[in-house]
Amino acid sequence: MHEEAYRQIERNPRFQELVSKRGKFAWTLALLMLGLYIAFILLIAFVPHWLGTPITASTVITWGIPLGIGLIVAAIALTGIYVRRANGEFDRLTKAILDEVKL
Amino acid sequence: MKLRIPTLLALAGVTPCIYAADAITGEVEQQAINIPAIVMFVLFVGATLYITYWASKRTSSTSDYYSAGGKITGFQNGLAIAGDFMSAASFLGISALVFTSGYDGLIYSIGFLVGWPIILFLMAERLRNLGRYTFADVASYRLGKRQVRTLSACGSLTVVALYLIAQMVGAGKLIQLLFGLNYYVAVVLVGILMVLYVLFGGMLATTWVQMTKAVLLLFGASFMACMVLWHVGFNVETLFSDAVSVHAKGLAIMSPGGLVTDPISAISLGLALMFGTAGLPHILMRFFTVGDAKEARKSVFVATGFIGYFYILTFIIGFGAILLVSTNPAFYDASGALVGGANMVAIHLANAVGGSIFLGFISAVAFATILAVVAGLTLAGASAVSHDLYAGVIKKDNANERDELRVSKITTLVLGIVAIGLGILFERQNIAFMVGLAFSIAASCNFPILFLSMYWKKLTTRGAMVGGWLGLLTAIALMILGPTVWVQVLGHDSPVFPYEYPALFSMLVAFIGIWFFSITDNSVAAKHERGLFLSQFVRSQTGLGASGSVSH
Repeated sequence: MHEEAYRQIERNPRFQELVSKRGKFAWTLALLMLGLYIAFILLIAFVPHWLGTPITASTVITWGIPLGIGLIVAAIALTGIYVRRANGEFDRLTKAILDEVKL
Repeated sequence: MKLRIPTLLALAGVTPCIYAADAITGEVEQQAINIPAIVMFVLFVGATLYITYWASKRTSSTSDYYSAGGKITGFQNGLAIAGDFMSAASFLGISALVFTSGYDGLIYSIGFLVGWPIILFLMAERLRNLGRYTFADVASYRLGKRQVRTLSACGSLTVVALYLIAQMVGAGKLIQLLFGLNYYVAVVLVGILMVLYVLFGGMLATTWVQMTKAVLLLFGASFMACMVLWHVGFNVETLFSDAVSVHAKGLAIMSPGGLVTDPISAISLGLALMFGTAGLPHILMRFFTVGDAKEARKSVFVATGFIGYFYILTFIIGFGAILLVSTNPAFYDASGALVGGANMVAIHLANAVGGSIFLGFISAVAFATILAVVAGLTLAGASAVSHDLYAGVIKKDNANERDELRVSKITTLVLGIVAIGLGILFERQNIAFMVGLAFSIAASCNFPILFLSMYWKKLTTRGAMVGGWLGLLTAIALMILGPTVWVQVLGHDSPVFPYEYPALFSMLVAFIGIWFFSITDNSVAAKHERGLFLSQFVRSQTGLGASGSVSH
């Protein structure tokens, strides 16, 4: 139904720009999240004692607590960063591409 | 009165079966009847039935029924997704895990959360742009529709059935603990209510019931965490140091314990949680309830925020329970065991910080949680049958809308009866592995096909079918041969397959199978399927031609 439009869009350099920019951004964030999580799992598997070391001598709070909470915060922050750019810059670019097709 | 409910948590850390966090398992003893809890639960049911009545007047077409007409906002959808994750078992189970092992509870909840950013970055907008009602719409976009829909529907129904068993049995156990009512009352009640919600209110009612519950649970958990922090003068250091001084394990609760032992198991579990989430049919269908990719992205951000917040709350609640529950003899019976078992710590803490009325409120919300989750499962199962099998496979996409809707409603009724039957059948069975198996199957069958259909041009129907079935069967086989079923359920001495979580291996099998049988496929059909990738790709990137979007 939209075959001709799809072909037209595919040839549009702006579309290529959108695909490469968004792809790079999404994969970077995804690999960052995966990397953080895998690093955390490896810390638990290999150096659990380090995670259980108090941050300072005068506290019972261990390194594991800020790291764990930090990972939760990082997950929320990374989704926020992606949504901000995708719903702004990328959506504007998409709209421009679709508007060109209409003409 | 000796009550032990070793949920998943295998509380002492002996062969911890992490997966089962979503299952309330083990023997329970019926408690005294809890009137405030029952009254508040009845109020909740009244409100949800009113929502269903309201929704039924707005639900007439198949689009309304499966996807609420695409009119749910990103924020509402995010709240509903969060609701799907904040199950009774994760609220009670994770706070119990923190109560008994401290830090391990945090590790466990992080595994559940990290899948969400990945879903957002790699899948959410493409799903929304390509699909209509079920994830099979996306997977079968350019492939052999009948084969792919059949496999996807089998994958979905297996996942739904396993999940339903865990929820129904959990409901039966919870009603004994929380309300002091009979097991069968819960199973029949949950079965009837879920059918009513879905049958009359479709996706609109299912979403609003889930949102209502999510708000109540977030409110209750926030209140409890605040009261705990108030008790320690809003000083986190005091919370932790006081907990360390009263806990039997002392400083050990501040560091990783026996939850994760070897890296292979840990990574396999991580993969199952992360990619299983991206293959759960009742989660994926939520992406079709919003209007466009923009709202789909927003909903993941909202969901991740609420889920993350909720897990931080359960961590505080668990530590609060160490301070306020473990030190109070009123919560222990004569033999020194916690009344109702470790799963009850959050409930006891509610009593300690808010008195009997708040206790009733939290009990009612914990039980209501199951209702909201099973309604979503039922709808996912019903759409797999009516949209994928009936309309897609039997009628070859030529089904008339009224017939399709009728098939969906009949399936809902059947699923209700089946769920009640399974709940009764599995009452005394060890169901701890069910949710784990569901996640593994979702990660090894649904997810690889869905992901590659969107990302890999060379994927063909043959590759998807062979790899998908291989993944499905490997996940089931390794789960049966592994420690959870082979040793704990079947009673053998040692497992044939040493790891508890098959996902690492079964996902590998699925991906290799799909890859090999796709690249060696030189048929005419395969060439045609690869040729269709271009238009699929442009549509997935721009949303042009997507259902529910403004036509250009």
